[in-house]
Amino acid sequence: MSKKYDAGVKEYRDTYWTPDYVPLDTDLLACFKCTGQEGVPKEEVAAAVAAESSTGTWSTVWSELLTDLDFYKGRCYRIEDVPGDKDAFYAFIAYPLDLFEEGSITNVLTSLVGNVFGFKALRNLRLEDIRFPMAFIKTCMGPPNGIVVERDRMNKYGRPLLGCTIKPKLGLSGKNYGRVVYECLRGGLDFTKDDENINSQPFQRWQNRFEFVAEATNLAQQETGEKKGHYLNCTAATPEEMYERAEFAKELGQPIIMHDYITGGFTANTGLAKWCRKNGMLLHIHRAMHAVIDRHPKHGIHFRVLAKCLRLSGGDQLHTGTVVGKLEGDRQSTLGYIDQLRESFVPEDRSRGNFFDQDWGSMGGVFAVASGGIHVWHMPALVAIFGDDSVLQFGGGTHGHPWGSAAGAAANRVALEACVKARNAGREIEREGRDILLEAAKHSPELAIALETWKEIKFEFDTVDKLDVN
Amino acid sequence: MPFKSTVGDYQTVATLETFGFLPPMTQDEIYDQIAYIIAQGWSPLVEHVHPSNSMATYWSFWKLPFFGEKDLGVIVSELEACHRAYPDHHVRLVGYDAYTQSQGACFVVFEGR
Repeated sequence: MSKKYDAGVKEYRDTYWTPDYVPLDTDLLACFKCTGQEGVPKEEVAAAVAAESSTGTWSTVWSELLTDLDFYKGRCYRIEDVPGDKDAFYAFIAYPLDLFEEGSITNVLTSLVGNVFGFKALRNLRLEDIRFPMAFIKTCMGPPNGIVVERDRMNKYGRPLLGCTIKPKLGLSGKNYGRVVYECLRGGLDFTKDDENINSQPFQRWQNRFEFVAEATNLAQQETGEKKGHYLNCTAATPEEMYERAEFAKELGQPIIMHDYITGGFTANTGLAKWCRKNGMLLHIHRAMHAVIDRHPKHGIHFRVLAKCLRLSGGDQLHTGTVVGKLEGDRQSTLGYIDQLRESFVPEDRSRGNFFDQDWGSMGGVFAVASGGIHVWHMPALVAIFGDDSVLQFGGGTHGHPWGSAAGAAANRVALEACVKARNAGREIEREGRDILLEAAKHSPELAIALETWKEIKFEFDTVDKLDVN
Repeated sequence: MPFKSTVGDYQTVATLETFGFLPPMTQDEIYDQIAYIIAQGWSPLVEHVHPSNSMATYWSFWKLPFFGEKDLGVIVSELEACHRAYPDHHVRLVGYDAYTQSQGACFVVFEGR
């Protein structure tokens, strides 16, 4: 039966609030935390979000009747209270698969978090979670290599990997920078990392850095007999320049490159990830700018969504926060999204902030990277929280060692291996952490000095963004 | 900053990946690690290589992976038998995880000379 064109403004809920709708397996589902303007009913706010993030516009238009909009519209199918917050509520919205281009995270985000975030009927809006349907996931390449292949390439098994960012993060010449890389790697780290701010500045052009870093990693590898790598940051002003840098890293025989996926953008990231798959390179992903988007508890996008998007867009390692260090991160919430990076199925679990069952199918996993303000005393907690499929990165905790970076690296490596060995032997490493580290220090003067150096430093501020609980 | 005589000299050491920075394990400590491998449901396997080739991806198998073996003593005696047969080789113990097709554990038990 054909419809009649009726110009004017309809209430959103007449079209987009469908509490009887049962979501399809192929629907993309989203959970938004909505805070409406005073006096606007919840159903109207929720329906407005569904409309503005899918097919709707504020006024009825004649050209709607040229298509079957009921087939394409997003639907709000459930509203829930937010525990401990009387102003906000969760709106669950189902989007038909055909709204999104295959393999395009850019397209998904442009729809879901585009115009709607500036919508006047809302005071605040936060995208808490997305359930990606398998039908969409299978159109994405995902991690260029994944955890298993990365372990095989780097020959690292049965423990977290160990890394550190080169400091000072800005201002070193290429040759001096390579020296610091060499010191860290010969001391026992698996990886060193370009700071995210390092691209190709006047004091150190990228080609010069890449050459000295390659010499440093090769020498350390030769002297220690272990596989070594340095995340060569290929983030640049244009995709063309990124590919040029990536090609050169490959030419130098380096195993891994790096990209900043939020400042660089999802399109750039997906392209670089595909290049990595094709060229047998690992891809380390930094997340500069994430806290602008994910830190406010009522507005923005939760990091679990950004983490899921990265796994789909492609990366072999992603920064996730440390839980214990200087940067923000609630433990349960962090565990929730590191599951999203590494597991093949993650069940709904509100205590970890996961709002949906998420099936990842055969998609490879992403190493969780814990980096920022951590030192050797944090090691037992880090191993317990992050498990083996992680990269633990100590910047100041490596270079700040009184004997220098090589000794700092060795101290961290001894501490890491002591914790893993103790865990395997059945000890509770968080509770017995102090004893485990002190025992290990008997065989390692480097560790003994590190334990002395950092004994007073703690980071105990409450997190700003907590999970919603009563 | 004046030079402090307390600064030590860190010498680079050649190591063999996981647990390379710890002192050699005692017999009991090796038992603990084997027990962990078995408890995870992984298959123990023993590999060896001449030290000149330690960075090779493939080390030689000692026999075959010990699929389904639950007896710690059997694994220890296989490690020792491999070491006796190849006294100048590195001998490592692997916990092979068939589910991920990766190694949940891997460390050198005897270092060759």
